[in-house]
Order: sequence, then structure tokens, then C-alpha cells
Amino acid sequence: MIPATTPVVRVERVRKEFRAVLAVDAVTLEVNPGEIVALVGDNGAGKSTVVKCIAGVHPPTAGRILLDGQPVHFANPLDARSHGIEVVFQDLALAKAQPVYMNMFLGRELVKGPLRLLDRASMAAETKRLLAELDVRIDSPQQTIRDLSGGQRQGVAIARAMHWARRLVLMDEPTAALGVGETARVEEQIRRMRDRGRAILLVSHSLDQVFRLADRICVLRRGRQVGSRRTSEATGDEIVAMITGLR
Amino acid sequence: MSLRTVEPRRYVVYVAFLLILAFFAATLHDDGFLSQTNLLNIVRQTTPVTVMAVAVVFVLSAGEIDLSLGSVVALSALVTAYVMQSQSAFLAVAAGLGVGLGVGVVNGLFVTLLRLPSFLVTLATMGLVAGLGRSITNLESVAVENQDFTNLFGSGNVGPIPGLAFWALGAVALGQLAFRHRRFGAHVVATGDDGVAARASGIRVDRVRFTVLLVSGLAAALAGILYTGRLQGASYTLGAQDLLTVIAAVVIGGTRLFGGEGSIIGALVGSLIMGTLANGLILLGLSSSQQLISQGALLLLAISLTLREPRGETP
Repeated sequence: MIPATTPVVRVERVRKEFRAVLAVDAVTLEVNPGEIVALVGDNGAGKSTVVKCIAGVHPPTAGRILLDGQPVHFANPLDARSHGIEVVFQDLALAKAQPVYMNMFLGRELVKGPLRLLDRASMAAETKRLLAELDVRIDSPQQTIRDLSGGQRQGVAIARAMHWARRLVLMDEPTAALGVGETARVEEQIRRMRDRGRAILLVSHSLDQVFRLADRICVLRRGRQVGSRRTSEATGDEIVAMITGLR
Repeated sequence: MSLRTVEPRRYVVYVAFLLILAFFAATLHDDGFLSQTNLLNIVRQTTPVTVMAVAVVFVLSAGEIDLSLGSVVALSALVTAYVMQSQSAFLAVAAGLGVGLGVGVVNGLFVTLLRLPSFLVTLATMGLVAGLGRSITNLESVAVENQDFTNLFGSGNVGPIPGLAFWALGAVALGQLAFRHRRFGAHVVATGDDGVAARASGIRVDRVRFTVLLVSGLAAALAGILYTGRLQGASYTLGAQDLLTVIAAVVIGGTRLFGGEGSIIGALVGSLIMGTLANGLILLGLSSSQQLISQGALLLLAISLTLREPRGETP
């Protein structure tokens, strides 16, 4: 059961309290390269809190986070990003009036020459290549985000995460705002990202989606970890029982 | 390029400029509207507005506003003229720019540290700065006699071309470089587009907001100094109408009032439109109250043509 490789991220007995409220207690999980681990649980089970601890939004009250075996402490989300961790949000952190290629490189724009001028041509070309690699279909990298459908937008967000995430992509309900067809397309993009060696931690309400995508499932209930299963060895009923606490 | 890039508001400003020129050329050809002297006068009169309009493109694109512009113009002009009576021109200009820097820093700190809307902060500093301008000179004008100063800032010419044209071109070139070709401009529009998304992407949105308000204060101060140089003196009434003119010029030029989109070249054309209108209406013999009415009506027409959001679109 012990993987031969060092996990990309290992969360070790992480605990998070907000004043008097215990949000997460002693959660332990790890994600390996090229693996999708799903984090499931009912509303308020603490899934988002775990993700935010890894993303540097909240410092854990106790416990450790290790990247490639080394303990890390993130002061803020930028710190986590500089360690190769990217987040894909449900509500799409994209600037809507800007072109796709600028969103792809937002905050990390490519520049050229001694005047450090924006290299729009390179950014557009690189965007086109990345979107093709994930099979995100848009007319042109020059299109603005608001001209795209919800699924196309999430495709852009995923491509951006894949481009910048050297280690880990955190996905918080990436398809919650999408229709059936668009969800299938985005799931395919997530698989492609996994096949390119990224480690992915997926938070999802949809057990169907979790069984379609994840290699392993980690279940939280009321802030506590109630178990972890290989998807191939688990059944839906079993996971539902773990989530609800009913046998 | 897709059809979508040919939105009306992208080119209507240029068409409007040509139409206005054609209109005045036809109706005023006996009054010398198209004479070289008059056209260069339009440039002279427009330059301070152009300089401020360039800065305001950054301010509006970042989703902020600076209402203190007009009163900074007056205070900086008065301080420059006042200091020059006893000190060197260099010190006087530094003091005038210092006014803009100071007001910009105050505006920026209140907006970023206390998280107050720039509309309210600059509304307050507008009154505060206007009051200061009136009190330091007891409402009196201050004359400037330093020839070197007036030649450099507004009164001089390079051959037939007024020196002010170079100030305007310099401001536009610098603005275009920073807005379109440097990271700073990209961060400004992203901040105005969606501050949360910009911050999540690693953009220091508070630094962006602080900087645009600082630049805006400095540009208003420079405009005040340019007025002082051209008019060879300063008075507290300088810049009183400029806030409306500058914002109109910028918005007509295709910059979104609520952030996320801007155009430096559009702002240049917008300020030329406003300047040409003012000039033409004077030549038409309109009284100052009639001019205000016409400008207001034309502004309404202009923003109706350029500003309408496409229907059914949530910004």
C-alpha cells in the first residue's frame, strides 16, 4: 500500500480551528504525481478548509503539510503558488473583459527586451498551444472571456492551472456551474492534465463524477477523516454510508 | 479579426472628431477656424486636459475615480507661482508637483489602507484642496515673470509648433507605453475588471490602486504648472471646469467608467474633441452659458453613442 514514490503533497494530521469552531481535525492525505484524489463529504465537512490550508489561504492550527517530503509553511496564496500549487475555483477567477491569452498569463505576463514590453504574440501562441493540448476549443486566444461559454471558461482556467502548476492542482467544485455536456468535456480535460503527470486534489459534490475521475477517495465528516478508499475497490453505497455516517 | 472587434464605440470617437471638424470648418470658414493659428490654439488649450486624460485612463480602468483633479490643478498652479516669487523656478516646479504628489498619496492611502471608495475620498480632498488654494492667496491671482519657466511650460514654441504640443505628445507616448506595453497597464485593467480575480492571480491590487491615484495627482499638478506657464500666472479658478471635461474626454475615448477597459489614444482624441468644441462654440459667438448648455447636450449625445453596454450583458 505504501507508494514507492514520494507523494507530491502530504497533509499530516492537519487541524484548523476558527476561534472556538473546530473546522478540521487530524486530516491526513497524500496525492502522488499523475493521480487524482477526491475529497468528499457533506456540506460543512471541512473539504474547502483542507483545500484552503494547502493553498496558503489559512495556516493550519496544528499538523504539517509536506511538499515532495519537505515541510512547508505558506504565508499566503502567492507563497503557495511560488511552490507550484495552483487552484481552480468554481467561480472562475478570470478577468472577463480581458483576452484569453492575458488571463492565461495574468500576474505573470511574458515580457521581452530591455524595456520589458509585453510579449503579446508569444503569450497568444503559447495559449493556443496549451488549449490545444487540453482540447479546449475556442476560436482564438484574442477572444475575451465574456465571449466564452461557462465550459470554455473553465477550460481556460484549467489550462492556466496546468501551465503554472509544477506540483499540484487543487480543484474546488470545478464543474458545479456547468451543464452535462460541458461537464463531460471539463472532466476529459482534467484526465488529460493527470496524464501529463500533475497531482490533482478534487473537491466534488457529485459522487458520479468522483467515481469517473478519481483514483482514490478521501471522506470527511464533520471535520474528521472517516476513511480513504481506492475507487476501484469502493462502491457508491459504501462511500455514501461513510459521508452520512449511516450504516 | 472577428466582427466583434469592430464595435461601434471603438471607432465612433474618430468619426465624431472628423464630423465636428467638418462641421466647424463649414460653418466657421470665414472666422478662421481652420487657420493655422486657431488650430494651434486648440492644441494649446487642450494640452492640460490631455495630460490629465492620460492619467485618468489609468484611474478609471482600475475601477477608481479622482474627483480632486480640478482643485489640484489650482493649488499646484498657485503654489508654483507663489514659490517662484522668492525662489528658483526649479524649486517652484518641484513644489507644484509636490502638491500633486501629496494629494495623490493621501487619496491612495485612504483608498487602500482604509478600504474607502475613491469616489468619497477624492470628493473630500476635492473640497479640502480647493479651500487650501483659496486661502493661501486670499483669492488673489499670482503673476509669474520668469521667462525661462514660461517658455518651457506653455508659452514657448519650437519653430511654428507650440511647446505644449510636445508635453501632450510626451504624456500620450508615456501613457501608451505603460498602458498597452508594460505589465503595469495589464494589471490596471485586470484590477478594474475583477479585483478578486486579479488578486487571486497574484496582482497586488492595492499597489495598483495607490499608483493610479498618485499618477493622477501628479498629472493634475503638471496640468496646473502648464496653465501657469501659458497664462503667465495662476489663479484659484484654474481647472474649475476641467474635471468634467477630462472625464468626458476619457469616457468618449472608449474607457469604461467602471473599470476593465481603457484607451490612451481614445483619450487623446476625446480631449481634442472637447477642445475643438469649446473653441468652435466660442467662434460661433455663443455666450459662456450657451457654451455650457451645448457642451452638456453634446456630451449626452456622445455618451449615448459610445457608452451603451450591449443589451443582455452583465458586466
